Amino acid sequence: MIQAMLTTSLVLFSITIAIAVIRIILGPSMPDRVIGLDMIGVNLIAMIAVISVVMNTKAFLEVILILGILSFIGTIAFSKFIERGVIVERKHDR
Amino acid sequence: MKINDVILQTVTKIVVFIILTFGVELFLSGHYNPGGGFIGGLVLSSAFVLLYLVFDIETVHKGIPFDFKKVAAFGVLLAVGTGLGSVLFGASFLTQTASHFNLPVFGATELSTVMLFEAGVALTVVGVVVTIILSISEDV
Repeated sequence: MIQAMLTTSLVLFSITIAIAVIRIILGPSMPDRVIGLDMIGVNLIAMIAVISVVMNTKAFLEVILILGILSFIGTIAFSKFIERGVIVERKHDR
Repeated sequence: MKINDVILQTVTKIVVFIILTFGVELFLSGHYNPGGGFIGGLVLSSAFVLLYLVFDIETVHKGIPFDFKKVAAFGVLLAVGTGLGSVLFGASFLTQTASHFNLPVFGATELSTVMLFEAGVALTVVGVVVTIILSISEDV
């Protein structure tokens, strides 16, 4: 029973990631694509958590942390690039 | 238009320490578990990249007065030096050894010379990644 539920959730997460990929490709504006990438990161974290429950192991927990860190930094970098046009500034102009 | 990023800077001041702690933990657990010098160095360098993203280059250089090219060079020197240290004892290049010690706080601990080599690898990765990111994102 619980195994079937976990497998179903994995399938649904995969469908969600596919929909997010469609949004990234089609996305009319740049912020849509950034939100899509962030959504893929969140869904990957959830998928890895479900997979580690399915396989009954603790080996993937560091992957969750690293994916969280990289998704956070990537979203910040993209947002800053969209808003200001520069990623790493030499000096704040204020 | 005045740019307001108080929330981002306040969050970053806390999150950077979490990422640095996680990087050190990955570095130390690399002997029998997933982790090691390369991955620990990548996570540490992601913390530095986050600092450079949120604040600017001059502010971060005021707080972290390292030249990251020299950090990379020192890492390579440390890694090759541990390799050459085994030559002095008559073993072949890059031979590593380990032994058990009784430390005051930690109890029975296994100390290994692989850790010095991994420290060199981690320093190299931090220096090279931060140098690359700063070079390719520099505005002209």
